[in-house]
Amino acid sequence: MKVGVCVKQVSALDDEFEMLDEGTGVDPDFVERDLNEWDTFSMEAALQLRDAAGEGEVVVITVGDDEADEALLACLAMGADRAVRIWDDALEGADALAVARVLASALERESADLMLCGVQSSDAVNGATGVAVAAYLGLPHVAVVRRLDYDASGPTATVERELEGGLIEVLRVRCPALLTIQTGMNEPRYATLRAIKQARDKPLEEVDLDALGLDADAVAGAAGSQIRSLAPPEKGRGAEMLSGSPAEVAARIADIVKERVSA
Amino acid sequence: MSGILVVAETRRGELRDISLELIAAGLGVKDAAGGRLAVAVIGSSPDGLGADGVDEVLTVAAQVEHFEAHVAQAALERLIEEEQPDLVLLGHTIDSMGFGPAVAARGGLGFASDVMEVGWDGDGPLARRGAYGDKLVAELGFPGKERTLMMVRPGSYEPVMAGGSPPPVRAVEVSVDPGVIASEHVEFREADVGDVDITKADFLLSVGRGIEDKDSIPQFEALAERMGATLSVSRPLVDAGWMSNARQVGQSGKTVKPAVYLALGISGAVQHLAGMQKAQTIIAVNSDPEAPIFGVAHFGAVADLFDVAEQLEQHFE
Repeated sequence: MKVGVCVKQVSALDDEFEMLDEGTGVDPDFVERDLNEWDTFSMEAALQLRDAAGEGEVVVITVGDDEADEALLACLAMGADRAVRIWDDALEGADALAVARVLASALERESADLMLCGVQSSDAVNGATGVAVAAYLGLPHVAVVRRLDYDASGPTATVERELEGGLIEVLRVRCPALLTIQTGMNEPRYATLRAIKQARDKPLEEVDLDALGLDADAVAGAAGSQIRSLAPPEKGRGAEMLSGSPAEVAARIADIVKERVSA
Repeated sequence: MSGILVVAETRRGELRDISLELIAAGLGVKDAAGGRLAVAVIGSSPDGLGADGVDEVLTVAAQVEHFEAHVAQAALERLIEEEQPDLVLLGHTIDSMGFGPAVAARGGLGFASDVMEVGWDGDGPLARRGAYGDKLVAELGFPGKERTLMMVRPGSYEPVMAGGSPPPVRAVEVSVDPGVIASEHVEFREADVGDVDITKADFLLSVGRGIEDKDSIPQFEALAERMGATLSVSRPLVDAGWMSNARQVGQSGKTVKPAVYLALGISGAVQHLAGMQKAQTIIAVNSDPEAPIFGVAHFGAVADLFDVAEQLEQHFE
């Protein structure tokens, strides 16, 4: 069984940061990068599917500059068989739809039985890339999956979709399909030190747009939006901050609670 | 039609609240957009979509009883073709996440999801949304796009008052090839039903990732009891298997409106805020001064939650 997993190296802002001159981006010196939390769950799901089938491979794919190799190495250390990183200067600042266009072309080469993406990334929080990838590929898709049973004889997948308010829908989807995976679906494994070392020996292919039959115009055409400005949220609606020692803070909180909670 | 097409959302035949919020978002830019505002309902056609300013309700039949993402996708694609709206508004909800991005991708539309504010600047629509996990706000434009699809974050707009003179209803015939149906509904189920109903509590002590360790849970259970509060949690604690989903506040858990919501070590992911921002008084303690929860809290303190928790004990017998 072959499973394709799309992942992202996400960026978290440092406490102090500076904007780039044009005001539509943050200076990359002021961000911490890490594998997107959601992707650790889709990786785990993919590894379990491969291992249950007893054969096949897990291919992990990302769009990102060379710093994104770290995210791929983390996935290889978890147990992915090989990795593909797509980068081109034209992809700098690409939005969800542009990234989806590129991921779709990369997945097309793989002909996987099942494709998994995280529901969303922790930095952009679009919740859109996976389903857009499926749309470009013309494949069935289910968003926000919290449980997955694959039946190779269909092939179909019976999945639980996590709806609002604690409601769950169980549905059966035709495969190959693309599913977006919710956190909490499984317990992502930790890589052993040995696996982390061995990850560097696994295949990690670097691919440019040309190799995918794409170019800068195709990426720009797919993009759904353009950032006009980026700024800290307006304060004002914010909280009244309680200052002082923990004892002073606790005393204020106790007063507020006692005043506002009816006994 | 030009103008704005709002796609209402239903579940098990009932209209969902987001539909009236989307109408509010659409009405806010209707004049600037210089067109009509129509509300489309795919599948079931519940009452209650009449509101002042809605010009027309469009009903679209679907071949499936429950929401099916591929049917919704095909129906909306055909509806956009027929009606030619400038702006399409969906909720940033679980159902719409299942087909909205697909419609935008295939149609080459302008697109923004998790939008907090819908605007218009003369040339076309604008969207304001979070960036870097809501620590920044981005303003997005859609240059060169004839049509734009936005998915609006639930709770961003006050729902319009339903009622007024009912707008004309028009059934739109769209032919959706049954072959697009790629999934089959099996059943709806409730996640864990616990021994506690956190939506009924007047005072919630809510803890999040900041407590760091499963072994800390008993300490906060004891603190909650001492303070006369009910203990609730944010999602990561449920994902980790430390607490039951029944105690989870947020989009996928419960929506709560207690008199006081005291959040310890909860940074305030969007999905969490959606479940608690209507609490009457929100107090947040977090070690990160930039935590988004301070944006909705009434009182905040940048402090170590364990230090504050220890001190709090002394104020309650």
